[in-house]
Amino acid sequence: MATKQTRALARTMMAPAVIVLFIWMIVPLVMTLWFSFQNYSLINPMMTGFAGWANYVYVIGDPSFTQALVNTLILVGGVLVITIVGGTFLALLLDQPIWGQGILRILVISPFFVMPPVAALIWKNGFMHPGYGMLGHLWKFFGLQPVDWFNQYPLFSVIVIVAWQWLPFATLILLTALQSLSEEQREAAEMDGANAANRFRYIILPHMARAITIVILIQTIFLLGIFAEIRVTTGGGPGYASTNIAFLVFRTGILSNDIGAGSAGGVVAVIIANIVAIFLMRAVGKNLDA
Amino acid sequence: MGSITLEHVNKSFGEVEIIPDISLDIQNGEFVVFVGPSGCGKSTLLRLIAGLEDTTSGTIKLDGQDVTDAAPAKRGLAMVFQSYALYPHMSVRDNIAFPLKMAKLPQAEIDKKVDYAARTLNLGSYLDRRPRALSGGQRQRVAIGRAIVREPKAFLFDEPLSNLDAALRVNMRLEITELHQQLKTTMIYVTHDQVEAMTMADRIVVLNAGNVEQFGSPLDLYKKPANRFVAGFIGSPKMNFVDGPEATKHNAHSIGVRPEHFKLSTTEGAWRGTVKVAEQLGSDTFLHVETDGLGLFTVRTDGDQTFKHGDVVWLTPDPSRIYKFDAAGLAI
Repeated sequence: MATKQTRALARTMMAPAVIVLFIWMIVPLVMTLWFSFQNYSLINPMMTGFAGWANYVYVIGDPSFTQALVNTLILVGGVLVITIVGGTFLALLLDQPIWGQGILRILVISPFFVMPPVAALIWKNGFMHPGYGMLGHLWKFFGLQPVDWFNQYPLFSVIVIVAWQWLPFATLILLTALQSLSEEQREAAEMDGANAANRFRYIILPHMARAITIVILIQTIFLLGIFAEIRVTTGGGPGYASTNIAFLVFRTGILSNDIGAGSAGGVVAVIIANIVAIFLMRAVGKNLDA
Repeated sequence: MGSITLEHVNKSFGEVEIIPDISLDIQNGEFVVFVGPSGCGKSTLLRLIAGLEDTTSGTIKLDGQDVTDAAPAKRGLAMVFQSYALYPHMSVRDNIAFPLKMAKLPQAEIDKKVDYAARTLNLGSYLDRRPRALSGGQRQRVAIGRAIVREPKAFLFDEPLSNLDAALRVNMRLEITELHQQLKTTMIYVTHDQVEAMTMADRIVVLNAGNVEQFGSPLDLYKKPANRFVAGFIGSPKMNFVDGPEATKHNAHSIGVRPEHFKLSTTEGAWRGTVKVAEQLGSDTFLHVETDGLGLFTVRTDGDQTFKHGDVVWLTPDPSRIYKFDAAGLAI
């Protein structure tokens, strides 16, 4: 539609923003790439210079890397399963006409407004602490030995906390999708003899496919980089039991003061994120084609 | 089989009473049209029969059996919705097969029935398409196909043609009437378009504000309207009404004359008026005549007559076709 003139004008007007964004992206990336090929450890400042692939070999060759990779996938997968199954269930419930619907919806959404470190602390001290957490009291009430969640089930505990935070997001998106299903389609299915289970399977679920895809894609992007919840609760331990790739980069780069190896880990993390993204787009992206 | 009986059916949404009290008797194999202005409760009545709404009181019987509290699927009725309500993620074949699949029929039988329905409705070449790749008329046919494969006791149509353009609407009207001749199944059809009602129905139910104004054959309604509402609603263009002294001459509170029942003259007649607008359709000409003291009249005359704005004409109603109404609007 646009004439040559307006197109040129549009480009000129957009240029500053594009240039700033490009610099914002390219400078850190190039610096990280540069550091990842350098000998750059704060513990050993005398050792400098080009390191070749040594940092990469060190990071990828370390057994903790494999464990962190597996942990990352379990963390992402676990949270996705909990939030999508739970979110669908909650959305179906919230779609029913009930008294106090407005307040209930705000309550359901509220965990999303709690910032990650705070949420993790609430869970750590309020619920999962074996001495004074709610769950500890509950266990004691039934005469059981309280569970020391972060030592006995570290990764599972992190998954629970993250899932609690993301459940509202999934619920909200899925609820919107559910509400956009035409009433006549539901009624037609009802007339066609489909019971509630069949209506869900053949009508509601296919209708929500696109929303579920969006939830999976968006959540995966954020879940690959989960950090605060691990930092506040388990600190990645015991051992490397709850360390994911992002936290491994932090451990290598900041805790061990090895900037070079940390940068190499960061570059690897970016590559892994891209591989996951390509894989996801192949797997579920077709749902987005209208 | 598919006779439907409503006994004192009442429906209220909270405080609002949509249908005060309706009793109807629909015979097996009849094509019945519910017609009325929007908001008259015709769709609600259809949904009550379908089971998509619960009656507040009264009974609905299907073939003499009480189905008032039965689930929609248990009633054995099929419905065609205004928006067609096709399942967008399924192919045309799967859409038509869906009710059969839900009834757990063997696949071979499903295929047979779907193919039969597709042949009946000329859908053969579209079976593997998605609904969004179809035109409005084709979607309509798929919706009808989905209804006929179930071999229901009765079909319920909820304003099925209102989303189609005028030419297609006439076509589909014929196709549905033809389908009824073929299947001889009871059909209930809801519309606000009295032309659809007149052309398709065996019997018409005229509804107004949740009440049945009249239930009869199209010509009955045209020739012997029970009251002023039916007289005004059935027939196009609308009947002209006259109140006051002119009506008293005929011993009535008000009288009505259809546009086609006037004798038109340029020299003499009962009522004098001037032409405001002449709508020329070729076959007919509709004149909107402002009469002296009696208001605006619509007059139907043949297409060869040419009148223009400002022409003075005289109207004489056919005395045998003057409808008389009392103060309550009932026909005398």
